[in-house]
Amino acid sequence: MTKRAKSSKSKAKTPRARAKARARRMFPKRGRKTAKRDPLDSFVDAAAHALDLKIEPTWKGAIKTNLEVTLALAALCADFPLPDDAEPAPVFSA
Amino acid sequence: MDTAWAHASEIAAAVSDSRTSATAVVGGALARIAKHDRALNAFTAVTEERALAKAAAIDAERARGRRLGVLAGVPFAVKNLFDIAGLPTLAGSKINRDRAPAARDATVIARLEAHGAVLVGALNMGEYAYDFTGENVHDGASRNPHDVSRMTGGSSGGSGGAVAGGLVPIALGSDTNGSIRVPASLCGIFGLKPTYGRLSRAHTFPFVASLDHVGPLARSTRDLALAYDAMQGHDDDDPVCARRPVEAVTPLLARGSEGLHIAIAGGYFRAGASAPAQTALARVAAALGVTNEIELPEAKRARAAAYVITASEGGALHLGRLRTRGRDFDPAVRDRLIAGAMIPAAHVAKAQKFRRWYREQVLALFARVDAVLALATPCTAPAIGQRTFVLDGVELPVRASLGIYTQPISFIGLPVVAVPVPLQPLPIGVQIIAAPWREDVALRIAHALEQAGIVAATRPSLEGGK
Repeated sequence: MTKRAKSSKSKAKTPRARAKARARRMFPKRGRKTAKRDPLDSFVDAAAHALDLKIEPTWKGAIKTNLEVTLALAALCADFPLPDDAEPAPVFSA
Repeated sequence: MDTAWAHASEIAAAVSDSRTSATAVVGGALARIAKHDRALNAFTAVTEERALAKAAAIDAERARGRRLGVLAGVPFAVKNLFDIAGLPTLAGSKINRDRAPAARDATVIARLEAHGAVLVGALNMGEYAYDFTGENVHDGASRNPHDVSRMTGGSSGGSGGAVAGGLVPIALGSDTNGSIRVPASLCGIFGLKPTYGRLSRAHTFPFVASLDHVGPLARSTRDLALAYDAMQGHDDDDPVCARRPVEAVTPLLARGSEGLHIAIAGGYFRAGASAPAQTALARVAAALGVTNEIELPEAKRARAAAYVITASEGGALHLGRLRTRGRDFDPAVRDRLIAGAMIPAAHVAKAQKFRRWYREQVLALFARVDAVLALATPCTAPAIGQRTFVLDGVELPVRASLGIYTQPISFIGLPVVAVPVPLQPLPIGVQIIAAPWREDVALRIAHALEQAGIVAATRPSLEGGK
């Protein structure tokens, strides 16, 4: 049976579900009756301002969705324990 | 000879032996492009004048008794992110149409032509290579020669369509996360993504500098090897290009898979695969006598990290154009790039650290095996315009998910040959993955499978409107 990817409200059992839940905790959705905006909307606006990007209103939904997916995947990676002295992949040589 | 479906090696031998001329071969390719490209939409430019001049020069060389190159008279075409002298380098975009014409050819084009190959044009691709579908809002979708209502895969969509459709025997593509291997799989042809840093990317339009590769697509392993050997060698114009000698693989193909230890990638690389994909992998494994599975540790995180680095580097690359020309992007590409530009740097830094850790774990596996088999795509070619598909019971976006099995491999720059398993009604590919700088191993195994008739590029019917 086809199902859509788990929402943040479902139990976070898989690493991806845990990562999505974590991203959702960082940017919790607000109820409709709440006056405050979704923090991810505010983040998109602030980042666009910082990057000097003019975003048309019709683009915002897809940008936010893409950002949400990418942050969830980033959280999956961020969760992975590595020592402080782990070297990044690209190595600069003078 | 039937140059429409002849291998490059056969064409070059026939031209060298005067059984045909380069002019006749190139003229045949140009005629096929004129006849079939309306249906396939593989080409965005045809360099007819240049091609005929080059072919005439090759024929003149032969008439003077000179020895011709190993690709003498072989027509080829390139994804339109490779610089072609005299043409703007589109990289699948509308915006780049305003660029000045390229002053020179990409290094790999010059190297193929130095061996006698003849460039006949530039090929359609997903915008700025941020794509696995082969669709393009500006030029229209590349169409799969096995069923023109279906995707070629991308982003090297035109490269897949042109080779699988018999328009040219060899095409060049680029592969950041799977953009050679995905169209090779969906179009039923062979594709080689070499080791990161093996082939020069100089004078090509970039996408993600730390992940970009270039390589050939063809209808036989010998043609892949010939093209690959012709393009090898250091290039000062690409800082990533390794200082390694040319390590020719063509003479090694006949060694086959004898003595090589091969395993199947399990876990992540089997989850979610469709029945045809599983069938293809089983056929390849059975032919090679491979039964043991190994786990590439944390492959799911590897795919996630590749996704994050791609989004971030891609967003950074295009930030200026996103500021000034946002409306001129494909909306699906623009919105991903803008989101990528907004990723906090901490996530990208962590992904790059994870990348080194993952590389070390996977390289340790190559102490035990010479090659690993994995699916190339989770399914056969989706319909053009299809937005989602279901993998393992979960609905996922096609554009981002066709490369789920290719991303964790290119993430650490391993060489891969994608081989086509000719299933009905549509083909599908399997990846043969080797240790860094061991393209020879992957190509030997591919050649053995081809000799055994397990993998092959089958000829589609392009008549009757197909």
